[in-house]
Amino acid sequence: MEKNYGQWKYHEILKPGVLRHVSETGDEVFTVRAGSPRLVSIDFIRDLCDIADKYCDGHLRFTSRYNIEFITPNKKNVNPIIEETRKIGLPVGGTGNGISNIVHTQGWIHCHSAATDASGIVKALMDELHNYFTTMKLPGKLRVSLACCINMCGAVHCSDLAIVGVHTKVPKIDHEKVGAICEIPTTISSCPTGAVRRHPDKEVKSVVIREDLCMYCGNCFTVCPAMPLADAEGDGVAIYAGGKVSNARKPPMFSRLIVPYLPNHPPRWPEVVGIIKKIVEVYAKKARKYERMGEWIERIGWEQFFQLTEIPFTEQHIDDYTHARETFRTTTQFKW
Amino acid sequence: MEEKTPLIDELEKGPWPSYVKEIKRMAKKNAAAKDLLGVQELSFKEKVTHWKHGGIVGVTGYGGGVIGRYCDSPEKFPNVSSFHTLRVNHPGGWFYTTKALRKICDVWEKFGSGMTNFHGSTGDIILLGTTTENLQPCFNALTEIGYDLGGSGSCLRTPTACVGPARCEWSCIDTLDMVHNLTMEFQDEIHRPRWPYKSKIKISGCPNDCVAAIARADITIIGTWRDSLKIDQKAVREYVKSGMDIRTDIVARCPTNALEWDEKAQELRLIPQDCVRCMHCINKMTKAIRPGNDKGATILIGGKAPILKGAMLSSVLIPFMKIEPPYTEIKDLIRKIWDWWDENGRTRERVGELIERLGMRNFLKAIGLKPTPQMIKAPRTNP
Repeated sequence: MEKNYGQWKYHEILKPGVLRHVSETGDEVFTVRAGSPRLVSIDFIRDLCDIADKYCDGHLRFTSRYNIEFITPNKKNVNPIIEETRKIGLPVGGTGNGISNIVHTQGWIHCHSAATDASGIVKALMDELHNYFTTMKLPGKLRVSLACCINMCGAVHCSDLAIVGVHTKVPKIDHEKVGAICEIPTTISSCPTGAVRRHPDKEVKSVVIREDLCMYCGNCFTVCPAMPLADAEGDGVAIYAGGKVSNARKPPMFSRLIVPYLPNHPPRWPEVVGIIKKIVEVYAKKARKYERMGEWIERIGWEQFFQLTEIPFTEQHIDDYTHARETFRTTTQFKW
Repeated sequence: MEEKTPLIDELEKGPWPSYVKEIKRMAKKNAAAKDLLGVQELSFKEKVTHWKHGGIVGVTGYGGGVIGRYCDSPEKFPNVSSFHTLRVNHPGGWFYTTKALRKICDVWEKFGSGMTNFHGSTGDIILLGTTTENLQPCFNALTEIGYDLGGSGSCLRTPTACVGPARCEWSCIDTLDMVHNLTMEFQDEIHRPRWPYKSKIKISGCPNDCVAAIARADITIIGTWRDSLKIDQKAVREYVKSGMDIRTDIVARCPTNALEWDEKAQELRLIPQDCVRCMHCINKMTKAIRPGNDKGATILIGGKAPILKGAMLSSVLIPFMKIEPPYTEIKDLIRKIWDWWDENGRTRERVGELIERLGMRNFLKAIGLKPTPQMIKAPRTNP
C-alpha cells in the first residue's frame, strides 16, 4: 500500500464489505470492512489488533463512519479475515448502496445536554436495519445519523435520515445560582429567538424567559448551568430526511424535518425504529437507481413523500426560523 | 451485592455489535466501567442524563483537549464521580499499526476506565472516563508513546482528512500529508484556545467528500481538477457490453448534460467546459473514467451546525488552488481568515455567522480576495 500511494487506478466492490483496489503497477489490495459500535473497550481494540497481526502485517484503519477496515495484498486472506471478524461478533458490510454505520454522539453515556441517548437508539436501530448493512440492495447510499441534542454534533443536518434529541419544555431558572455561576450577557446572547432577558427586578441578578418565544433549543443551558431543561416526559427525538454531502448529481442538501416529536422509550425506542424502517422500505421500493433520499423526495415532491410514508404533516413542519420564506412554495406547481 | 441492569441488558441481544457487552467486558476488571453501567441503567429508567453541567479540567500547558465530566449521583456511583474524556489526536486517515494501538490500550488500562470511542466525530481517539488526578500522568504516558491531545474549546479543533491517495484513485490532493502538515503547523492554535469560538478544518480528496468537509468544517478543502475527465473508451465499451444502461444511468444523470453516448461509434463524449465535476460518471464507471491531470482544491468556508443562526454548508471561497507542500498559500489564507474573525467575531460566533453579519464583501476585502461568480448560486435579487 505504501508502495502504491497515489498510484491507484481503479477499484471495485467484490461483495458487501469487500473492496479491491488496483494500482497502475498492477498491484492490488483487498479491504474487508466491518461494523463497530464505536463505544468500545480496549479489549475490543486488542481483538482487532490480533486479527490485523495475523493477516494484515499489523496494520488496520477506521473509516469516517467508525467502521473498521482490514487491508491485505493477499486475496487468500480475505475469507479468513471475514471469518475471524464474524467470530468476534462484527458484521462485514457497509459498502455500496446499503446502510452503513450510524454516525452518533455521547447521549446519556457522557453528555450533560443530551435530550436522548445515542448508543442505545443506534443499537436498537442497527439491529433492525442489520440486513441493509450486509447487503447492497437499496437504490442509493443511505446515511443515517443521530445527535442527542440540537447542537447536532456529527452529521445529522446533512444525512439521508437523521434523529435529533429535542426538548419540549422551557428551562427552569434557579435565580440564586444564575447570579453566582453564569455570565448574564453571554446567557442572553445565547438565545436565537431573543427569549432570554434580564430579570426585571434590578436587585435580582438573574434572567427571565419569555415562554412564548422559547423553542427549547437548550443553548442557554449550554452557557448557564442554572437553566436546566431536561425532562423525562417532555424530552424525545425529531426525525429529519433528505440531506447529503456528496456533490454527485445534485449539490449537497440539508436534511428537513419530517417528524417533529417521538417520545424516548428506552431500551428499544420502538416508535423511532418503526418509522425509520418504514421510510427506508418506501424509499427502497419507490426511488430510482442511484437516487439518494433527498433526490428522490425532490423528484416526487414533499406532498407525495408525506402521502407515501403516511407521516402526518403539521404546522411544526413549516419553517418559522431564519430563512423561512425560502422554504415556502412560490409556484402553482404541486401535486394533489 | 450485584446490581441488576434489566433495561440495558436488553441491548445485549440482536445482531449488531453491542456497546453494553463492551462496557460489561471492562466492568469485570474496572470499577469506573462498572459504575458507568449503573449510570446508563439509571438514565434508561429515568429518561434523563445523569451528568452534571460542564467541568473545567486539563493538563499543564494546554487550554483544551480534556472534557471534564462529573456524575450527579456520586454517592451511588463513586467510581464515576469524576469521569473526564481525553481527546487524543489521531493519525491521518485513521491508519494504525497494532503496536501503536496496543500501547494506547495499555496506557488507558492503567489510567482510565478502559472505555473508548473509535472515533469522535471530529476525528479524535476518545478516551472515555478518568479522574482529575490521573489526567496529567495519563497525558505524560501518552506523549511518551508519541501521542498528543486533540482540540477542545474555542480553538482549532483536530483537523481530519479522508483516506486520500493511500487507497483511493480519485484523490486530487495528498489529504493525509496535508492534514499532518497543518496539524503540526498549527499546534499552538490547537492546544491553547484564544478565539471567539471553535474552528474546524476538514480535507476531502474529491467532491464525494468522504469526511463531510462541506457540512462539518469552518474551513473546507475539497480536491478537484481544472482540465478534462480522462475517459478510456475501451473500458466504457466493456461496461456497456456487460449490461450497463449508459444512457439512463450515466448520460441522463449528468447534472449539466455534459455527456453524450454515440451509439454508432460506441463512444462516450464529454463537453469538458460543461462538466461541473460532480463525480457521478466517475463513481459509476470506476474502471473507465478518472479525474483530470491538472489537480488542486476548491476552498470553501463557513460550514456549521444550527446553533445559533441556523445550519450552514461551506460556500466557495477559492474555486481553484494548487496544493503542494509546504502548503504556503493555503496556510496564509487560513491565517488571514482567523485574524479577521479573531478581530471581529463576537463571543461564540462561528466564522460563517460572522461573514453573514458583516457581509461577504467586507470579508473578501479583509483577506484580499477578488469576487468571482463561482462564489454564488445566483446574484442578489434585491437592489
